Amino acid sequence: MKAIWIYEKKLQYPVRVSKCDPKLAKMLIEQYGGADGELSAALRYLNQRYSIPDKVIGLLTDIGTEEFAHLEMIATMVYKLTKDATPEQLRAAGLADHYVNHGHALFYHDAAGNPWTATYIQAKGDPIADLYEDIAAEEKARATYQWIIDNTDDPDIVDSLRFLREREVVHSLRFREAVEILKEYNSTKKMF
Amino acid sequence: MSTVEKTPSQWRVYRSYHSPFDPCSPRTRYFNVPPNVLQPFQTSARKQFAPHEALRKGTLWPEYYSPYPPETRGGEAE
Amino acid sequence: MSETPPQMPKAYYQYLHELQSIDFVLCELTLYLDTHPEDEQALAQFTQFQKRKHNLMTQFEAAFGPLYEFGVSPISGGKWTWSQTPWPWQV
Ligand SMILES: [Fe+2]
Repeated sequence: MKAIWIYEKKLQYPVRVSKCDPKLAKMLIEQYGGADGELSAALRYLNQRYSIPDKVIGLLTDIGTEEFAHLEMIATMVYKLTKDATPEQLRAAGLADHYVNHGHALFYHDAAGNPWTATYIQAKGDPIADLYEDIAAEEKARATYQWIIDNTDDPDIVDSLRFLREREVVHSLRFREAVEILKEYNSTKKMF
Repeated sequence: MSTVEKTPSQWRVYRSYHSPFDPCSPRTRYFNVPPNVLQPFQTSARKQFAPHEALRKGTLWPEYYSPYPPETRGGEAE
Repeated sequence: MSETPPQMPKAYYQYLHELQSIDFVLCELTLYLDTHPEDEQALAQFTQFQKRKHNLMTQFEAAFGPLYEFGVSPISGGKWTWSQTPWPWQV
């Protein structure tokens, strides 16, 4: 379409929040700047494109791009859960350390406050190694969403988290298919 | 809740050794085997959810829908 | 001075949801076609949903402002309105 990324002024899926709950925001930040979060996912896939066989570059580009849409959804949840919270409310939620450094800003760190690091992602330059890394990343993200859902009583947030968890299932499927495509790289096969 | 068709459960059950010195009462553990693991290559795009339902479910493909929390785990009703 | 801008009408959310549904079908078909590029039926469905998206987008942008910048969305009423409507995390 375009030679640059185009921002779309809408979310991929509606995000609703039923109450001001900074404690929940503290958990969700895991998927913002955590090891298996959406930032890691986007950067991992987009970066691997430069060394992967041509046939799967399109897939890495598209999934990597979709991950940014998921990042925006997580940011929206955190924003809505904390936007009007007072310093007292943030302190009660265990966010005093965050507030001291960042105020009401979002930051790329995990639920325990560890800053995002490039060591969360890999690029080995070996197509099979990289795709298995991606499959593992998707399964880990799926599990993370499960553990967050288990700890959430906000039905609106759970609704959005279930959507994001299901996307990991589909992404993992596509990476598994990419492995199959690479196995057959020198032949053409019709599946349908 | 209506359980869709008779699809095989996406959950597996296991129990761990329980020592007399373990203070917490034993719990049944579950893990998820999502449909992408059971069927790692999609063979047809024919079966689809309608657009609104697809968005709500997070996938266009009924064969790859993985509900969570699960309606049932390992055949046991929740 | 500290007045908040007017809230978006109900119709905005309805249009948005419709657009999200159509876009989601296109997203799923995109990933599917990435690994099944020879499926002509899926490609035909993709083209059909592309048309639906463009129709809906035109209506949405006329009513609620641009969805894209960098020259993709039309300029309406000779005004730069990119920052005049609320952002996705605000609505
Ligand atoms: Fe993903």
